[in-house]
Amino acid sequence: MMPLLAIAALAALTYALRIAGPLLADRVSVPAAAQRLFTSAAAVLLMALAATSALTAGHDFAGWARPAGVAVAGLLAVRRAPFPVVVLVAASVTALLRLAGIH
Amino acid sequence: MRLQWRTDLLSDTALVRDVALVCLADGIVGVSFGATAVAGGLPWWVPVAMSLLVFAGGSQFAAVGVVLAGGSPLAAVAAGAVLNTRLFPYGLAVSDVISAGGSGGSGARTRRWAARLTGAQLVTDESVAFALRHTDPARRKAAFWTCGAALFTVWNIAVPLGVLAGSAMRNTAAFGLDATFPAVLLALALPTLTDGRTRVAALGGAGAAVALTPLLPAGLPVLAALGGLAALWRPRRRPDADGAGDSQAVRRPAGHAIPVRSNR
Repeated sequence: MMPLLAIAALAALTYALRIAGPLLADRVSVPAAAQRLFTSAAAVLLMALAATSALTAGHDFAGWARPAGVAVAGLLAVRRAPFPVVVLVAASVTALLRLAGIH
Repeated sequence: MRLQWRTDLLSDTALVRDVALVCLADGIVGVSFGATAVAGGLPWWVPVAMSLLVFAGGSQFAAVGVVLAGGSPLAAVAAGAVLNTRLFPYGLAVSDVISAGGSGGSGARTRRWAARLTGAQLVTDESVAFALRHTDPARRKAAFWTCGAALFTVWNIAVPLGVLAGSAMRNTAAFGLDATFPAVLLALALPTLTDGRTRVAALGGAGAAVALTPLLPAGLPVLAALGGLAALWRPRRRPDADGAGDSQAVRRPAGHAIPVRSNR
């Protein structure tokens, strides 16, 4: 479940991160190293989420259709395909594989 | 004068076109977010409230993903908040755009604060990227507010549409809807893997998260992946080991000034 409190907490944290910059701009500057760390942390989290949500369902393997669709979409993303194409291809490949009996 | 006017017109048309393309892409992501959330069993108001209040697509997907995998709300909030730390340097980068106001007078001061409070909510990967494409203050301002306001509108229309679609579909697995979520995350992550060490950290972290999924409570494997950041720690002690200049802008080919296509 996702209680309202959790949504409110995430919203408040997010807004605080957003408004802090404009409020502190005259007084602070983020060191380049810290800025790189933010970027890297986001990259690590996104990749971990992408991998776990592609490969696992609950505590188990998600089956082949989903990771296959995601892999094809990832290839397209690497080749700089437009975002809508990436999303639609992921769904289509997975749906077609399932239609063909591959789960 | 006439030439100036035409240049402005051309650039505004380009701005509107680019913003429209970004909105289209994010609209599809929003539909997929709303549909995924309700198809996974969350009540309709969860994706809708998140889209209005959090308005950061990546973290919305992250938080909902953790919850749908069975993770605790705390882990969900942590994952979403970590993803959004990048909004802080973004806010610094566009503070001039958000805070710029008239001079003097209490009315001007009120407007300045209203712009600040509203503008802050519109800080996203896309709006910041659009603002940073320009150096002229007026252009920066126009780009930021146009993109931010358009995205906020489109996102909050797309997500409820996705909720409707997700509720209407009986068997979302047959449509491959579950594959859109990881695909979106992957498409968001790939452009950020600009340097080798981030790539090592991200791939190591992802591998660790998958390996830990059968063992740890849901939500924790993803957070454990942040341990992959340790891969960045060691070389940082040597200044200049970073590959000369290290700035992403240096390495990116010209014309890719936008850091990430869609990362909210």
